[in-house]
Amino acid sequence: MGMDVAFWILAVICVGAALAVVFLRDIFRVALFMILCFFAVAGIYITLSADFLAAAQVLIYVGAIGVLLMFAIMLTKESKRGSLTGKLRPLSMLVAILFMVTMILVVISTDWNVAAEVSKEPTTARIAHSIFGRDGFVLAFEIASALLVAAAIGAIVLVRERDK
Amino acid sequence: MSVGLEHFLILSAVLFAIGLYGALAKKNAVVILMCIEIMLNAVNIAMVAFAHYVDVISGQVFTIFIMVVAAAEVAVGLALIISIFRRKKTLDAEKFDILKW
Repeated sequence: MGMDVAFWILAVICVGAALAVVFLRDIFRVALFMILCFFAVAGIYITLSADFLAAAQVLIYVGAIGVLLMFAIMLTKESKRGSLTGKLRPLSMLVAILFMVTMILVVISTDWNVAAEVSKEPTTARIAHSIFGRDGFVLAFEIASALLVAAAIGAIVLVRERDK
Repeated sequence: MSVGLEHFLILSAVLFAIGLYGALAKKNAVVILMCIEIMLNAVNIAMVAFAHYVDVISGQVFTIFIMVVAAAEVAVGLALIISIFRRKKTLDAEKFDILKW
């Protein structure tokens, strides 16, 4: 019962913050509402008893990505002009609403194969077994770390000032 | 009616649609990047909801990989945006035409 109330509150915060990201004009407020949306998503992970992912969400999205986007807004002096919409606005509104209606209809009309009993134990150990255990995702894990190194080096190369 | 899998999937669809609208309609490249992050978060919610209700842990592992890719994407994307801003002095995505000929 308590989880249901928590879900509704978090869902309303999440959708409201996302709408604010899309419709507000001030870019700095847009970034703050995006961070609020990420926080609400971390709460939704907790209602789904995904404790490790909730912590990772706060660390990566709220901490790293939020701060990085703030820096980008401050480094590029474009914030005075505000967050404008282009010529495609009516068309993209139509596409988004069509997509949303289709997805909701599909979700409602599908008979989902839900497990009879969901486990409530901590997930960190299960995730670790799934990644590093036998027949796990070790290769994907190593590729992900290579991707992170490549992205870090690429970002440094892209923003470096060329001196003569 | 208690909260079930469908509620999380519908929340995910709504968030994805909001992000899709922003990514298509906005002019500022940083705001487009934020909307793409919201779309990735929506997909993550669907993944974790499946992992919880179908009781397979792979959904959470996939979410971790999506987070890694999102972090890499934001780092490279912001580097590109700053580098383009230095040359063209604008962040208007409709004026980024250096790949056109």
